[in-house]
Amino acid sequence: MSKVLRIKKGANIKLVGGAEKILADVPMPSTVAVKPTDFEGTTPKLVVKVGDEVKAGSTLYYNKDNDQIKFTSPVSGEVAEVKRGAKRVIEEIVIVADKEIKYEDFGASNPTSESREAIIEKLCKSGLWPFIKQRPYDVIAKPNDTPKAIFISAFDSAPLAPDNDYILDGKSATFQMGVDALAKLAEVHLTVNSAAKADEAFLQAKNVILHFIEGPHPAGNVGVQIHHFAPISKGEVVWTIKPQDVLAIGKLFETGKYDASRTVAVSGAQIKTPKYFRTIQGVSMKTLLEGNLKEGNNRIISGNVLTGDKIGAEGYLGFYDYQVTVIPEGGEAQMFGWITPNPGKFSISRALVSWLSPNKQYNLDANMNGEERPFVVTEEYDKVFPFDIYPVQLVKAIMVDDIELMENLGIYEVAPEDFALCETVCTSKIPTQTIVRNGLAMLREEMS
Amino acid sequence: MSNAIHKFLENNVKPNFDEGGKLEKYLPAYDALETFLFVPGHTTNGKGSHIRDGIDMKRTMIMVVLAMVPALLFGMWNTGYQHFLATGEAYTFMDAFLYGALKVLPLVVVSYAAGLGVEFVFAIINKHQVAEGFLVSGMLIPLCLPVEIPLWMVAAATIFAVIIGKEVFGGTGMNILNVALTARAFLFFAYPTWMSGDKVWIGGGMDESVAYADGSTGATILAQATEKSSGFVDAAGVAYGDSFMSAFLGLIPGSVGETSTLAIMIGAAILLITGIASWKIMFSGILGAYVMGLLFNLWGANPFMEVPAHMHLVIGGFAFGIVFMATDPVSAAQTATGKYIYGFLIGFLGIMIRVFNPAYPEGIMLAILFMNVMAPLIDHYVLEANIKRRQKRTMAVAA
Repeated sequence: MSKVLRIKKGANIKLVGGAEKILADVPMPSTVAVKPTDFEGTTPKLVVKVGDEVKAGSTLYYNKDNDQIKFTSPVSGEVAEVKRGAKRVIEEIVIVADKEIKYEDFGASNPTSESREAIIEKLCKSGLWPFIKQRPYDVIAKPNDTPKAIFISAFDSAPLAPDNDYILDGKSATFQMGVDALAKLAEVHLTVNSAAKADEAFLQAKNVILHFIEGPHPAGNVGVQIHHFAPISKGEVVWTIKPQDVLAIGKLFETGKYDASRTVAVSGAQIKTPKYFRTIQGVSMKTLLEGNLKEGNNRIISGNVLTGDKIGAEGYLGFYDYQVTVIPEGGEAQMFGWITPNPGKFSISRALVSWLSPNKQYNLDANMNGEERPFVVTEEYDKVFPFDIYPVQLVKAIMVDDIELMENLGIYEVAPEDFALCETVCTSKIPTQTIVRNGLAMLREEMS
Repeated sequence: MSNAIHKFLENNVKPNFDEGGKLEKYLPAYDALETFLFVPGHTTNGKGSHIRDGIDMKRTMIMVVLAMVPALLFGMWNTGYQHFLATGEAYTFMDAFLYGALKVLPLVVVSYAAGLGVEFVFAIINKHQVAEGFLVSGMLIPLCLPVEIPLWMVAAATIFAVIIGKEVFGGTGMNILNVALTARAFLFFAYPTWMSGDKVWIGGGMDESVAYADGSTGATILAQATEKSSGFVDAAGVAYGDSFMSAFLGLIPGSVGETSTLAIMIGAAILLITGIASWKIMFSGILGAYVMGLLFNLWGANPFMEVPAHMHLVIGGFAFGIVFMATDPVSAAQTATGKYIYGFLIGFLGIMIRVFNPAYPEGIMLAILFMNVMAPLIDHYVLEANIKRRQKRTMAVAA
């Protein structure tokens, strides 16, 4: 095994309700949705209207700023509703799904014998392109860029995250085909968790540069891996993609179809039987969670508890999410809560008693546990931020819109998800991820 | 029970302070009191992290206050002890403690009342919430003053420190100087007769009505060290059996909370175990002081320079300053590397000022204030080094 990078900074927040390795099938949901809000920095331009018949892979809308980037339907059926929010922003395009999916045919082919242009064209047309994101800015990659690398993190280290080694087991060939397609676009780097037994889909992958990393979350964040293996300097671009999305690309080349099926970990304290489900992108929570929710005021999150979106019982799975987490909402005030030992609450500080039981699994709710305050405590973010970047100083530079300082302090290398633990542990309860997202959005606008 | 109280507050009291209520503009004041009783049940907003660490600013600040309690309690007892030592009267443990408590508690009350009063007024004017920073400052101020200081001076200094030291910069988290030390420095320069000399350190020392036994001096070890490097005497004029041990335990005259290095070490342990104060600053601060003390020992040009290096660590306000004041995260250096430099220089300069300039017997205060001002500069160079590394990489890519 080649050299292992050991990360010390970070934290594994152990939660109750981890998904058991049992795979169950979910019936085809009656409705699925594509949510334009999943894609940062895009403006949807609809090409369908309510009542239109679509197939899996039919374009629903494209990005107004770059019409090459298309967003397609994961199922065949009828466009039932275009839900708009404030300022008429399109929030959801809801499709009533057929029982049997009909597919658009993009043509099966072997990526190794195709040109770079043809592969990009195929990925764009089929609607798979948005799976490829880029750093800087953490947005959908631009097809005409030439990135210096494509990074894939083979594992997800977030709380209750799905186990990719389990999901990809036995799918080596399809995964390899996806990798082959990506390798035509740029050098592919694959980072494996050396502490776990990685699946052969990863370990035997060809056409990739394999890295090994070990340590607590966010070791599985692709941003951490890029930072240590191929740091991004100003002017450089690195693309990123998740393993299940590589699988989807593999399937596209194998079958010529946009197969939006995916394996989703349903987890969290408020789930009766946490396990894996074979379902589809954009699945409705009504279908996915039916009969599996515990009583109570639940918070349903598409994604993990650190970076996911609160979606509600009527919501739909996000485009980039392979996990649904349901935790209690909480919301009760606590008398003298600033001094009670609170053994049930997680903390990286030792000002609560939880540090005495390092292996305890927590049942955490969505309480803020305090109010927002100015920055006071120092070196707190540093404990969970394994970058050679000063996180608080960068956040402050964003707060005061100092573009030069943001660049100098390394904003091009980070995404909001890299700050998720900082936000979680912040004594001052600063909305760090939102600040970083706004900073990236502002910088992107300035630079374009 | 607590639910019922919370419901009552939310339904019957709070509406008066909400928009349109008759006490609307006092909402920050109400809010500060309610959140003191109940940590609010706000939940995360659905974007970003859904779960949060159990710590908050209130808990952080309260932990620091708790860490100061041993020094406070010891300070109360010692105030009485020094008083009875100087007067030569017989006393019991409780006599000493009660005498001290009656002297010290008013200082604490005045400090909190004056400081929180200013904080509330600013919160109401600026319509923001009352931050918890003063909970710590309010305890630090009485502990770093001589027990005989008049209460009105405490109030004046506290108000000055909170307004000029903190609020003009934007409140908690924005100040450049440590608030408590700003108060102390204000008194030191405005009312030097009440902040130095031999009488202010002993309870009743400034009061002509209290009779002192023959030989009673009240001089602190720091004051005596300008003339001799050993053979220090206590408040009754009797030589300490073991002056290092007496100073370590705190059986010496001095500011209320700073005499007992032992009590301060208990506080330091609380701060270090909870991880709230930086061990980097404490460690490098002690190292800096010890190194300076050793250098002076080598030089040995006057009695003060001959005071053993380890003695410097237990006399005067060094221990108190390095544990509770140098570690104030807002006014200290904020980067890990910066903290080592910052702490070291506080210890180093503190002992240097102490020995070189006996007119300012407490060098630690000035050293910390000076390094407070320098901290952003230290951080600036630490950040520059990081930026340079990144720029070098970018250049290599461009080339």
